Amino acid sequence: MPTSSGRVALRFVALAYLALVLIAPIAWILIRAFSDGMTPVWEAINRPAFLHALWLTTVVTLVAVPANAVFGVIAAMCVARRPPGRSLLAVVVDLPLALSPVVVGLALILAWGRTGWFGAWLADHGIQIVFSLPAIVLATIIVSLPFVARELVPVLREIGTEQQEAAAVLGATPFQTFWRIVLPALRHGLAYGVVLTTARALGEYGAVAVVSGRIAQRTETLTLHVDERFQAFDLTAAYTAATVLALMAVVVVVVLRLLTSEGDGS
Amino acid sequence: MTRAPGTSTYRALGLGISATFISVVVLIPLAALVWTSVADGGDSFWAAVTSPPALASLRLTVMVSLGATIVNAFMGTLVAWVLVRDRFWGRRVVDALIDLPFALPTIVAGLTLLALYGPRSPVGINVAYTRHALVVALIFVTLPFVVRAVQPVLMEMDREMEEAAASLGAGRWAIFRRIVLPNLAPAILGGSALGFAKALGEFGSVVLISGNIPFRTEVASVYIFGQIESGVPQAAAAVSVVLLLASLVLLTVLGLLERRWSRHAHE
Repeated sequence: MPTSSGRVALRFVALAYLALVLIAPIAWILIRAFSDGMTPVWEAINRPAFLHALWLTTVVTLVAVPANAVFGVIAAMCVARRPPGRSLLAVVVDLPLALSPVVVGLALILAWGRTGWFGAWLADHGIQIVFSLPAIVLATIIVSLPFVARELVPVLREIGTEQQEAAAVLGATPFQTFWRIVLPALRHGLAYGVVLTTARALGEYGAVAVVSGRIAQRTETLTLHVDERFQAFDLTAAYTAATVLALMAVVVVVVLRLLTSEGDGS
Repeated sequence: MTRAPGTSTYRALGLGISATFISVVVLIPLAALVWTSVADGGDSFWAAVTSPPALASLRLTVMVSLGATIVNAFMGTLVAWVLVRDRFWGRRVVDALIDLPFALPTIVAGLTLLALYGPRSPVGINVAYTRHALVVALIFVTLPFVVRAVQPVLMEMDREMEEAAASLGAGRWAIFRRIVLPNLAPAILGGSALGFAKALGEFGSVVLISGNIPFRTEVASVYIFGQIESGVPQAAAAVSVVLLLASLVLLTVLGLLERRWSRHAHE
């Protein structure tokens, strides 16, 4: 056991570090947003540009998260069962964790943009992807792709295949086995993965900045709105939008905590 | 292993759906990226990557990412140690806060770091538009990686060996260095590698506070963004491919190391 003075010194260094690089910046968003009182904050929230950005971010998240949840379950089942080609699939699923969001955005432009691979064909058919909603959704799906699958692969390995085989022997169809055996076992990991995916989807900035075209009240998400208001020296509006995003992040962290303690309990 | 009839069909279907989804969503755009970077031949790819501002941005990216990674390897291990082995009031709140850099949008992180450690700093620290600002931003966004990698290992660790060493007269530092550190090393390295990979591509948190001065504070992702905005997609694609390769190499090495470590653990 370390002596209490050594222990207190370590505690002090760790907490001072966290205060400096983590706690102070987060506290400062709130202090800065409300420094002039509630009235300017309320005005900033009621502006159409803010409301539209909030709405767009919500729509994008509501499309991207279910898409990635479904894909994550299927991909995790593929990776966990070790078929040929699984390590390739695993690397591609993990790739967005390590890939620059700007690179993701550029890749989307080069594939689906006006001068991209499919640009001419899309234009002929009157479909616009880049600088419009589909590209924002695609970018968000890519950057938030890994989280559900990464949570589920270890769970699937842990539970093994015996129960599923038993169910199959007893005459369950693969579909019944999935609904009755696999999905209930994945419930907790899936919830955790969905929350992580939501956090990433709500907060994506770099990839969306490249593909959205940043048209105010058309393709401006909440993160882009923060940047746009900041560049326009409208600091109160920038900090208000930033505060809304920060509060969403706090909710995410609290939900993650609750899920973790629930997982420990069961 | 016996297989129930019909399951293999679903398995193939699952693999088919994943492969199609991931091809349309991820692989086709990445193929277009790689293709654009070399469309004008290998020479122009090389010229784009080795042009002075591109090379400077890549060098700077590696340098500041390494700096932030080293700081967080040390401090992250220390924080994890304090959170697991120490007991103090508010520990659970601090533990929960570690996840915030992950959940907080990077542009919000950049905005608040600029307000706190920029020209109008309330604490009198101004690092805005310098390389220090880049390291500070990267430290913030990669903070959770080492802490969250080390914490579970520390919790699982058997303390009998430490107690035995202490009863044999080993000092605290010797115990840490000879017994604790070797057990934590894979987690520290793994967390650091993921954090480093994240730092290499970071954009949102650095774009406001770094000032994006070419040759001074312009990292690779900001350089790529600038080239896209200037309508030079080929140069942007070439530097992007370098970042893409770095990510692939880091992830592959990490995957191999994890497999080797887990095999050791089971032996």
